[in-house]
Order: sequence, then structure tokens, then C-alpha cells
Amino acid sequence: MTETTYVVKRRLDQWPLWKESGPRLGQLDMELTERCNNDCIHCCINRPANDASAWVGEITTKQVEDFLCKAADLGCLQVRFTGGEPLLRQDFQALYIYARRLGLKVLLFTNACLITPGLADLFQRMPPLIKIEVTVYGMHRESYEAVTRVPGSFAQFQSGLNLLLERNVPFVVKWVVLPQNKHEMVEFEAWAGTIPGMTRPPSYVMSLDLRNRRDDEGKNVYIQSLRLTPLDSLAILTRDVVEYKQSMEVFASQFMGPSGDKLFSCGVGCSLCIDAYGRAQPCMGLRAPEWTVNLNPNLKSMREGDSLSSVSVSGMHPECAGLEDVLSQFSRLYDLCTTNPEYLRRCAKCFLKGLCEQCPAKSWTEHGTIDTPVAYLCETAHMQARYIGWLDKNEYGWEVMNWRERISGQRSTR
Amino acid sequence: MERGEIMATQLNLDAVCACSENVVARTIEGEVVLIPLIAGIGDEEDELYTLNETGQAIWQKLDGKKTLKEVAVSLAEVFNGPASELEADVLGFASELTKRGILVAK
Repeated sequence: MTETTYVVKRRLDQWPLWKESGPRLGQLDMELTERCNNDCIHCCINRPANDASAWVGEITTKQVEDFLCKAADLGCLQVRFTGGEPLLRQDFQALYIYARRLGLKVLLFTNACLITPGLADLFQRMPPLIKIEVTVYGMHRESYEAVTRVPGSFAQFQSGLNLLLERNVPFVVKWVVLPQNKHEMVEFEAWAGTIPGMTRPPSYVMSLDLRNRRDDEGKNVYIQSLRLTPLDSLAILTRDVVEYKQSMEVFASQFMGPSGDKLFSCGVGCSLCIDAYGRAQPCMGLRAPEWTVNLNPNLKSMREGDSLSSVSVSGMHPECAGLEDVLSQFSRLYDLCTTNPEYLRRCAKCFLKGLCEQCPAKSWTEHGTIDTPVAYLCETAHMQARYIGWLDKNEYGWEVMNWRERISGQRSTR
Repeated sequence: MERGEIMATQLNLDAVCACSENVVARTIEGEVVLIPLIAGIGDEEDELYTLNETGQAIWQKLDGKKTLKEVAVSLAEVFNGPASELEADVLGFASELTKRGILVAK
């Protein structure tokens, strides 16, 4: 009998594509450069756009293409191009087209300042298949450029967005909450609601990361000074109290509970990040040399003299040939357990694990180890838990035994 | 009427079909995944396509050289059945994908 349809439309975010397990590599993050046209006060990774020492070490067009090919061979369907500012690379268009011709969807993280008519035309003709994500630093020139520290960047940003809008290229905007722009959030939200691609409320970057390479102590001190206090974070999160409590109820039913001594609760080993110099990392935040694998034969291994973690994985090799080998190595991290007494006393027993952004990458940027509790994140999570009523004042998540009752609203005794 | 629809309605078993250069066909974990390369193939910005079992079997026989009738014959050998019964499926499949711009008639 003749069938009525043979083709099934799929959207990756709504429908499981795979009958059984997914492909070996779920997503590849390609950090095309650490350089950026902006000089944002809070940035965790950027180097100057004209930094010759950074530029000269960046992986070549051919090397990026090889990584993309290997990723596609492993079943990868999505590559994220990020940086720095990925559009700074002269070969960006070529890399974009190459990725799309391999059948990869492209997620682009950009500040939009360097979008040209030609590039916008390309996105219109050959869509990335994922909405472009544009970070916004202010609604007005004064606030925007107080963050980016580049005169004229606000006009460039507006021009870039207009080029996308004129061509109906779908994009979303996200906001970095900083003292310089905090007063413009309501204005930002109203504006974001007018953007055709914004089918959901915008996301906010509220927990500023320290320098990912732990390369600038002075800047780290400054970034810390820019962070919202836990109370400020709570005020933003609870602007709509009813919506906040409803979403937390759903969230808590799925993601709360102590994680024990295992350090990784994410999808480590299913995706990976390749930095601008050809080193593979488990994710974009975790740049600890002992968890980094050099895939670039032209690059000297970073490991010499570096040994900062209290835990280790046997069989991690600093250099290897293929992405599959790297994934196998990173997969072993999933079973990694800590012996750090402070982590075991607090984080391992804390039922707020899902609420807290503590993870090996955050720990690395803050402390240079992957298993040291991050006080800032801990305080922010506890502030929320006390607001919701899961914790009493001066009570800590690791002290609570009846946490299931707490989050289900049937609170009795400890 | 759109261009694809004209092509689909004109399609017959003597046609030779191949994957459009505007689509990237990949086989991942045993699943044929069809990924639009240009705008206008999918209805949404993040849409891609897979095939049902019949569709996958037909897809694998489309080599850009065989006519649809020959594809049906080829499938009949695999499934050990009369080609005439498979012709409707092959034509239906090719018509649907041609209409979507995934296949082109050569």
C-alpha cells in the first residue's frame, strides 16, 4: 500500500532525532580566535584585535576545516563558532560555508559589530539553521561603550543588527548585567520583545566568569567588583515572583539533590571545545592544562609546570591524533571523583546542586583547581533557596536531610 | 503554483532524480538526515528532515542514474516482490521530495 508521507520534519530541540543513542559527538565548539574588536570590562577571554602574538598562533583555515570534517564524521550536527569575536577572522565566511556544506548547523556567538552587508546576505541565502546569538552591553551609546571601551562600537552594533533585521535573518539577543547598564534592563526587555526571532524572554549573563586562562589577576579583581551581589541577582530573578516560583518548582522536581563526590554532572565527553590554538578542552570554560589535549602539531604542550588539581585521571594523554580519542579521554571525566575534604563536606552533600553553578570549569577559573567550592556561586544559590523557603536563615544546603520534602513544599523537620 | 509543484506533478516513472545541491544528505547512526543548505527548503529556521523506513530504502537506491522505474525494480529485487507494487511508493516518494526541493528531476 502506498504511504502518504515519506519525510519527517525534525527540530532538534523538540524531537529526539535518534532512535537509540545519539552520535559520538553531539556538538563542537570552535573558538576561532581569542581576539576581539571590543575590550569589554568584564570579559573572561578577550585579547586585543591587533594582538599579533595571539593572531600568529591561531589555527589555520585548513586546520579548522579538518576539525569540522572530523566532527561531521563523528555524527556531529552542530558547531558553535565563538571567540573572542569570531567575525574578526578574515576567513570566517569561508569557514561558515565549509561548515554548512558539511551539513552542520552553525551557532554563531557574536557582538554583531562586524556584520557586513555581504555577510548578512550570506546568512540570508545560506541560513545557519540556528538563531544567531548577539550579546548586548547597553541600550545607549554611553552605557554600551562604557562596557566595550571602544568608541563607535554602539553604532557598529546597531548597524550589524539592522543588516540582519532587513534580511529577516533570525537572531536572539542576550544581556550581560553590569553596573554600567543595570538601569536599562526594562528598556532592553521591551526592545528584545520587538525582535522577530525572540520567541522567548532574553537570557541574562549574571555570574561573570573570571579570566578563563587565569592570566590577569588585576582584571580578575576588577571583574569581581562588577559582579552582582547575591541579593541583586535574586532581585532580577524574582521580578515576576509568580513566574519565578512556578519555574523553580518545575526545575526543582528535575534537577535538585546532592551529587556526591562525582565532579561532572554535565554531558562531558559528548561534546568538546577546540580553542583558537588547536587544543581540545572538555568545554569552553575548562582550560586546565591537565584536562587539555593538544591537537595542533605546531603548538607546544601547555602542561609543563602545571599541576593544579587534587584529582587526576589515569590515561589522559596530552597529545593525540583524533577527536574520537579525545572524546574517549574526556568521557572518563564523567566518573571522576574528588577527595577534596571541603568539597566533600559541602558541595557533595548539598541538595542545591542544580541551583548552584558550581562545576569544575567555574572552580578552575576561580581557584585553579576543579574541585574547590566557589563561594560566590554558593551564596547566590543559598540566597535563592532561602527566598523560596527551602532553607531557613543561616541554614546550609548540605545540612538538610529532608530536602525532598523541602522542595515538594511538604516541609516538616530536618 | 510553485516551481516545485509543477515538477512534482510532471514526475513520472521515466524520470531520473538526484539529491538537490541545495540539500546536504548525511547518514548518522543509520538515519538519513537531510539538511537544507539554502533558505526556503524548510519552513522553520532550524528544521531538518529524516526519512521513514520506506523512504530510506528508496533513497539508498537513488543514484542520479536510474529512472524511478528502475529504482522500483531494484527495490523489488531486495524485497522479493513485484516492482509494479513498489512503483507507486517510489513515485510518491520522489514527488514529495521534489516538491520540497530536496530532490531534483534530471
